[in-house]
Amino acid sequence: MRRRGLLARAGLLAGLAFLWLPVLLLAAYAFSADRIPFQWGGFSLRWFAALGADDRLVEAALLSLRVALGAASLAVLLGGAIGWVLARQGPFRGRALFGALSGAPLVLPDVVMGLALLLFFVLLQRLTGWPAERGALTILLAHATIGAAYVAVLAQARLAVLAPELEEAARDLGAPPLTAFLTVTLPLMAPSLVAGWLLAFTLSLDDVVVASFVSGPAGTTLPMQVFSMLRLGLTPEINALAVVILGMALAVLGVGLAVWKMRK
Amino acid sequence: MRRLLPGWPSRLVPALPGLWLLLFVAAPLLVVAVLALSWAAEGVPPFALPWAVPGQGLNTEALALALWDGYYRAAFLDALLVAGGTAGLCLLLAFPMALGLVRAPARSRPLLLGLVLLPFWTGFLPRLGAWVGLLRDEGWINSLLQSLGLIEAPLPLLYSWPALFLGMVHAYLPFAVLPLYTALSRRDPALEEAAADLGAGPWPVFLTVTLPLALPGLAAAFLLVFIPAAGEYVIPELLGPPEAQMVGRVLFQEFFQNRDWPVAAALAVLLLLVLLVPIRLFQRLEAEP
Repeated sequence: MRRRGLLARAGLLAGLAFLWLPVLLLAAYAFSADRIPFQWGGFSLRWFAALGADDRLVEAALLSLRVALGAASLAVLLGGAIGWVLARQGPFRGRALFGALSGAPLVLPDVVMGLALLLFFVLLQRLTGWPAERGALTILLAHATIGAAYVAVLAQARLAVLAPELEEAARDLGAPPLTAFLTVTLPLMAPSLVAGWLLAFTLSLDDVVVASFVSGPAGTTLPMQVFSMLRLGLTPEINALAVVILGMALAVLGVGLAVWKMRK
Repeated sequence: MRRLLPGWPSRLVPALPGLWLLLFVAAPLLVVAVLALSWAAEGVPPFALPWAVPGQGLNTEALALALWDGYYRAAFLDALLVAGGTAGLCLLLAFPMALGLVRAPARSRPLLLGLVLLPFWTGFLPRLGAWVGLLRDEGWINSLLQSLGLIEAPLPLLYSWPALFLGMVHAYLPFAVLPLYTALSRRDPALEEAAADLGAGPWPVFLTVTLPLALPGLAAAFLLVFIPAAGEYVIPELLGPPEAQMVGRVLFQEFFQNRDWPVAAALAVLLLLVLLVPIRLFQRLEAEP
């Protein structure tokens, strides 16, 4: 038994090292003054300054943040409703189709989803004149649709472990349906909605493929910009950008762990 | 269970999200199918719908081309092989990791799980950028090997098959660890102890108890990596060799460079059909308790 436990522990450590070594090296060299990434030229913050001075990167980052905030919030509304319908609504006509469509974005490859949404937007514009141009709005709609699928899974899973009797008790004690929903169901769903919002936000901030399809000439998101920079080769600015993203992720993880400890 | 909302609201509640799903999921998929049967045309956008060209009707050439042309068939084969290889490699790495997680003291488990999942939140592109920086000619690995005197000229590490697989496994590994961890933490450790008490050595216990119990988790982890990996575009583009023409990459080229929208749509339809089997399998695995 002991030897096996040792092997599993070694496997875990090796896997974590594989996941983390490239990221940590990248982070360390972001503080190097040398122009060539991964050459140590003494400690410096110049690449963080360069990051802030790169207008195209800053503009792309602001667009990405706006899109991700909007898409994640819309995804929570939509996905929360979808998850609630799947978990709590009894049988209704079209339920099978509803379930299949709500799960489709989870399993469709990005290239298919991106191409499908772009072609849809193009035909819609031809038929109705809307959307007049593609950019922030079309990316937001696409990301909200994909994010909603993830939120729906989390919300449905949460509702599945909650006893429906809690809501029924509130109804039996005289609460109107909306009051019962707002005071009983929604607070109980909240953790899954928060997790879903974070997931939808991250997915939106990380997406290159769908955004490349549904965007127009005016809308270059941060991942699109970084992708076109990486095609020409790694620059020290991307190292610095990775450190900023890593720092934000660590902060979120720290808060999450603290909340988890407090709940115990 | 009685309806929570009686009367007309119970019909209205599924209506709104249902309408969204019809508009932004069902309609786009339908449009792709129509486009796959449309004609390529000069102009913006560069296509003509099947009913827009008098006397021509449906265009089945794009689909036939995507099905029978050797170039596209190789693209599908490449994608399936790379996705299968990536998923297999992920399982090999993820299984000991999941076992290690399950056997770690309960105290440190959230932190360890966080460490597995956090790279997922560090940005997909910066992580790929790290590999570009490590693997290229004047990159970290080549400089290290050269300064140690092990090699004279830099090795062509970047834009190669191994680089492609490194990037793919690095990106998809957390997807494989999570379902395996869930499957393994659900099993009863008493079963393994019983086998050991009855005289089975560590390897027989592993092969006859741990592994069979983990099979559904292994299958789910494999499919969870395989399905998105088959359509991957960014990783082969940034790390892979030029000849790694996976279908996602070919679809991008047909759409953005050749501006042949019907062929791109036909490739998307075929990719979807190819993936239907693994998708159905995955959904059946997930539906089981």
